[in-house]
Order: sequence, then structure tokens, then C-alpha cells
Amino acid sequence: MIEVENLTKSFGPTQALRGVSFSVQRGEIVGFLGPNGAGKTTTMKILTCFIPADSGRATVAGYDVFEDSLEVRKRVGYLPENTPLYHEMSVVDFLQFVAGVRGIPKRDIPERIRSVVVRTGLEGAVGKVIGELSKGYRQRVGLAQALIHDPEILILDEPTSGLDPNQIKEIRELIREIGKEKTIILSTHILPEVTATCDRAIIIHKGQVVASGTPGELMAMGAGSNAVTVRVRGPQGEVQKHFSQISGVREVRLLGTDDGCLRLQVIGEKPMELAERVFEVAAAQKWPLSELRPEAASLEDVFARLTQDEK
Amino acid sequence: MGNLWKIFLKELRGYIDSPSAYIFLIIFHVLGTSMFFFVSGFFRNQMANLGGFFVFMPWLLLFFVPAIAMRIWAEEKKAGTDELLLTLPVRDHEVVLGKYLAALALLVVALILTFPVALTVKYFADPKTPVDWGPVWCGYLGSFLLGAMLLALGAWASSLTRNQIIAFIIACALGFGLILLGFPFIYQLLPGGELVARFSPYSHFVSLYRGVLDVADVVYYVSAIAFFLYLNIRSIESRKWA
Repeated sequence: MIEVENLTKSFGPTQALRGVSFSVQRGEIVGFLGPNGAGKTTTMKILTCFIPADSGRATVAGYDVFEDSLEVRKRVGYLPENTPLYHEMSVVDFLQFVAGVRGIPKRDIPERIRSVVVRTGLEGAVGKVIGELSKGYRQRVGLAQALIHDPEILILDEPTSGLDPNQIKEIRELIREIGKEKTIILSTHILPEVTATCDRAIIIHKGQVVASGTPGELMAMGAGSNAVTVRVRGPQGEVQKHFSQISGVREVRLLGTDDGCLRLQVIGEKPMELAERVFEVAAAQKWPLSELRPEAASLEDVFARLTQDEK
Repeated sequence: MGNLWKIFLKELRGYIDSPSAYIFLIIFHVLGTSMFFFVSGFFRNQMANLGGFFVFMPWLLLFFVPAIAMRIWAEEKKAGTDELLLTLPVRDHEVVLGKYLAALALLVVALILTFPVALTVKYFADPKTPVDWGPVWCGYLGSFLLGAMLLALGAWASSLTRNQIIAFIIACALGFGLILLGFPFIYQLLPGGELVARFSPYSHFVSLYRGVLDVADVVYYVSAIAFFLYLNIRSIESRKWA
């Protein structure tokens, strides 16, 4: 659905994109993840034909974003960063305008507006002036205008930024719902967003794709994903010796002692199985266990590892 | 063409819904007519013509037209809505023209609203020397064309910045410079002399308000409008060169 090859883009001396390539399949919800300034917004602006790339190719729904920009724009619904809207217009006038320019036949417009209004939960706000709406509602208006022509592809630049937790939850549910039938790219620097809404994440850092995969695959790349944290009461040397003899254990690291207990990190493959082995050993030796926790890898770790500057 | 019309309607609706458009119309009307009746000495001169009305027109337009034009693009850039608008399936020139024509419509309304001045003059005129309507129509045509040119200039200036005040100042300064070129005490100082004056909208305005309808003047304005609209389109496209 979307093919991006080797995009580069500079703004004056700053290189925003240094060869970004990825592809998105029909029906996928893909999260663009990266710290601020990584190149997420620039990539989205190129895909929506607002600005061209310096080099590289991007096709959306089979059309080149530079050569067939109008065809691309017809097929894409776009919510730019910070949800710019005409604040002096009423919701219905604004949707009418967008529907008109989107080429929806006049007689179909009221029906289309009704359907997107229901979908985005804007029923109570249709007649209101956009500038008077809360941020959450404005976000819905932004989504409604992006959906009005029933596009194949939605490109959403930070759709939940600046919203409160309830609004974030609602917007995410909405995106999930819409994503059942559409291809969606959304950008975010909030990690749980990716786990909550996306089928796949593409991590961008300093204008390059540094990783890509399902949230699960990415988590597997994390450090600590193969460790078990143990708090056990027992003689230090014995404990370390027995634990390191467990099959598959690579290392037993002492994290510290407190109240006569040892805090250890047992590192090896498959932390779940590891935890069971550790329990069996401790039980056999009658060492009281007060904590046994396979470390859940977090996307945070992966993200931090991939996007921190090498020191 | 369809898109141009839709953008025109949206912009026009914006003017109809906004208080600033009405404030503009009222102040333009009050200033325009009061300058004519009280400053130009209409009652003293005992002459039933609108010469004194059109004399002030370039100066009135010089400040009022940039005031309409300054928001055309700067407001969109500031709010970020240009990104919304220009990623719709519309061509840049359709947006530029649609916006320009809507602002032009507001200017036309402002000019039409001053027409009661002409009717007043007709009412006061001595039946033996009735109002000569030729110069009145020419004066209105000149005012329209001059205003339309300043509007194209102002819309372009507005596309250069996200700050409306800066857009206003650029448009006023350039407009003022161009108008000044039409004054003998300026163009006589410059190499080229009268040739320079031909580039001034003021010289062409003067011949129109004196009642001389010359195709060359109309051609001048139309080309100047086209030139500034072209610059405007290029400046909107310039986001693509950065």
C-alpha cells in the first residue's frame, strides 16, 4: 500500500531524513516511533505530498507522491501535527467544505457527514464553532475530516498528543476501530500507544529507520528480556553456585543484599522456564524465596537502547 | 475550476461570518465619504463631480487593501491550516486564485457601498450642469483596478510570512513605493523619468480618474495583478524547494 525507498530530506544544514525505507501492507496499523525531531513528521509530510523529498521514491496506493500527487491526495486522509483546523468555522461547515473539495457529490455530502460524525462521536458538537471545542473534540474533528472521503489510507501525526488520559483512550479505540478496514500510519513518541494500537512499529531515529517489527518482536530485542530477578535467603556462595549450574544460565549477577536476603539477577534464555528452575533449586535447598520475577521486556528498553546516542 | 469555486465560497463565507470584514466595510465607507465631503472641499467648490472623491482613493486603498490581504496566507501559516488545505486534492493555483477572488469580492462590496456618494452629488447638482457619469465610471474602474492590484501584491506579501503585521507592512511599503513612482517629483529624480512613471499604478489611476479610458491602463493593471498572483503561487510552491 505504501512503499518508501531511500528518502532523504534536508532543511538547510539539518538533515531530517537520511535514507528512510519501509513498506506498509494493506490493512496494517503502523506506528512511527521516535524521539522528537527524528523525522516522523517530515516523512508524513512527504507521504501526504505537502513537501517533496530531496531524493528517493515514495508510492502510496500505487501512485508516486511527486508525479501523481493529486491521485495520492485523493486516497489519503491526513491529520497533521497539532490538528490545525479553521477555528472560526462550525464543525458542519468545515466538514462540508472538505467533503466538497474532496469531490464527494453534493447529494451524498449530508449522509457522509452524518456517518463520520457518528463514527467519531461528534454528535453533540456538529453545530458548534471549532474554536470553542475542547481539545479532545477538535481531535475528533481532525479525524472526521480525514475520514470524510472514506480514504484507503490514513496518516495521523501524533493523534493523541495533548489529550487527557480518557481522551487518549477514546481516540485509540477509535483508531483501532477504523484500522479494521483501513491502512493507518500514525506517529507517536509515546510508547504504550504503539502497544495499544499498532500491528507493527517502525522506529525512526536521526532520520533513519533503526528497527521495525511487531511490538512483541521489538520487545524481544530489549535488554533484560532474558533475565529473572530473585530475592532469596541463603548463603551467598552456595546460592550463586547452585543457580549458575542451572542449565541455560549464562550468568548470575548479585544486585545487592538487604535484610539478610540476596538480590540476584539470573541471566539466560527463556526467562519463564528459568524462573521455574530457580524455584525448584531454591525449594530443594530450602532457601526461602521472597521474590521471583521474570523481567518483562519493555518497549521502553528497546527504544532507549536504539535511540540513545552512542557515548 | 470546481475547486477554485469551492475555495472561493469558503473564503467568502469566512468574510461574511467575521466581524472584521464588517468593521473594514464601515471604516472604509466612513473614511472615504467623509474625506470627500469634508476634506476635499466638495461643498466649497460648488462642482458636481467626484474628482475629490477619487483623489483620496489611492491613499485609502493603500492602507485598507493590505488590511484585507494580510490575513490571506499569514493566518493559515500561523495556524498550520495551510498544511490541511494544500494536502487536499487541489492545485496550488486554485487555492491562490480562490482566496484572491474572495478578497476581491469584499473590495468590490466596499466600493459599491460608496456609490451613494455619487447619488448625493447627483442630488446636489445644478440641473443645468448635470453630473457627467463617464468620469465617475472611469474613476470606479480605476479604483477597482488599483485595489485589485494592491490586493494581489498584499496576498503575495501575506504568503511570505506567518506574521500578519509584517505582511501588512510589506504590502503598504511596496504599494506606497509603487504609487510614489507616479509622482513627478519622484520620477523626475530617477533615471528613466517618465518611463519609470509608467510602472506606477498611480499614473494609470490618474488618467482613469480624469475620465480617459485607455486600454493601455487596463492592460497595465491586469498584467500587474497576474504578475503578483504568479509570485504568490510561486511562494506557496516554495515550501517544495526548501
